[in-house]
Amino acid sequence: MDLIAEGIAQAFWLLMKGDRGVFQIALLTLKVSGLATLISLAIGVPLGTALALGRFRGRDAVASIVNTGMGLPPVVVGLWVSIVLWRYGPLGSLRLMYTPTAMVIAQTLIALPIVAGLTMSGIGQLDPGIRVQILSLGATRWQLIWLLVREARLAILAAVMAGFGRVIAEVGASMMVGGNVVGQTRVLTTATSMEVGRGNFGTAIALSLILMGLTLAITSWLTHLQQKGRPTAQ
Amino acid sequence: MLSRQSIKSSMRILLIALLLSVLAITASAAAPTREVILATTTSTADTGLLDALIPIFEKKTGYMVKTIAVGTGQALALGSRGEADVLLTHAPSSELPLVSSGDVIERRLVMHNDFIIAGPAGDPAKVRGLKSAADALSRIQSSQSVFVSRGDDSGTHKKEKEIWGKLGVKPSGKWYVEAGAGMAHTLNIASEKEGYTLTDRGTYLALKKNLALDVLVEGDAILLNIYHVMQVNPAKFSKVNGPGGLAFVEFMVSPEVQKIISTFGVDKYGDPLFFPDAGKNVDDLGK
Repeated sequence: MDLIAEGIAQAFWLLMKGDRGVFQIALLTLKVSGLATLISLAIGVPLGTALALGRFRGRDAVASIVNTGMGLPPVVVGLWVSIVLWRYGPLGSLRLMYTPTAMVIAQTLIALPIVAGLTMSGIGQLDPGIRVQILSLGATRWQLIWLLVREARLAILAAVMAGFGRVIAEVGASMMVGGNVVGQTRVLTTATSMEVGRGNFGTAIALSLILMGLTLAITSWLTHLQQKGRPTAQ
Repeated sequence: MLSRQSIKSSMRILLIALLLSVLAITASAAAPTREVILATTTSTADTGLLDALIPIFEKKTGYMVKTIAVGTGQALALGSRGEADVLLTHAPSSELPLVSSGDVIERRLVMHNDFIIAGPAGDPAKVRGLKSAADALSRIQSSQSVFVSRGDDSGTHKKEKEIWGKLGVKPSGKWYVEAGAGMAHTLNIASEKEGYTLTDRGTYLALKKNLALDVLVEGDAILLNIYHVMQVNPAKFSKVNGPGGLAFVEFMVSPEVQKIISTFGVDKYGDPLFFPDAGKNVDDLGK
């Protein structure tokens, strides 16, 4: 119990005095995970929509890969991204290993299947009658797709929350491709893991509380957007 | 119905956030050639020694150091593939093959401390005060007392295997726990399980306040823990930062750094965590 009290006190202290190190770590966490979520959104929503609506060869195979990818372990992603980004790897000349960009790449790969998969199921769940209705009103193909995506917006926002929650919480990939370098690639999860390693349990608890607070704040904002977007009874 | 306005405004917020983060990320990833990747053991990072030294190095030379704190095994593997510029490790017998293969050059003695065998105060295997580390491990094995091994091919793990090797024993069984974790995690596991473990003194002292472990065996010559710094050979790996690696090697053996090492930890633990050795002969250590 002492530890928990110490951790909470320390979290307040770190926030109150505006600790620069902690502030920087929290900001980088938001940047990396936020950007990864946005990129996976930009790719995942069209991909999920295509999988839900399209009738093309290999659709089932791609859908299975996406669904499997929803449970992709971050350390596996970390390992493969490392192999590709190492100096003597295929993309080594880009010099991306141990940079925030490498972390964004890894986290995007983790979030993408979640966003695509949940988008696919969200659009797939729409009443088939809606399509007929929209088409009978003279909509073009692209108008139809846009309207269906709009209809599925609650599910898509849920996909964003799930994807963001997954990447902001992961430690394995960030540790491997970022290296937990102080001031450069240290994020809240890797810092927490390191502080536990150093036996600074109070600081670790403080960092974990900050992480949970941030996640709660952002998820609340997204939930607010989602609930505002709920169709009201006519 | 959802108002178009709110969709539009939230889309705009998302877009601005996207642009800002792209800018921020690309800005922070600039100037790669001034970077030095240091692959090192967890003990130098977990004790806080590197936190004290790296800022001085960066200020002095203008290089930016990326410290990757992993086990010595992984650090040496990164070095032998040209994925790091400079290594600070503590497993001489594993470092020498890299020197002879030409993967690393400029290998210099930096400092030493020692390994100790820590264990519960109750000491079920009766090893307290033994002069020989091998005798101690032998008693732990024969009494089937819990022993927590790093199990991660780190410098400490290599040392442990060296001692078991001396006994001609391949430890296994329920009593032998392989943590597969860094020193600090391993110490915590040993403390929770009331087991024994081999640890470097520095990490033990840094974490002592959270541990229910005593120093039981110390002072055996085999327990010497020797740290060397070496640069990855830029002639062999063209992508390695040669000048940066060399600058770090020279920095670590400079009088200024050696002096900092000699007093590091005294304020917190009463004793230094490491003993500076630059310029000495390895064979003279511990005498």
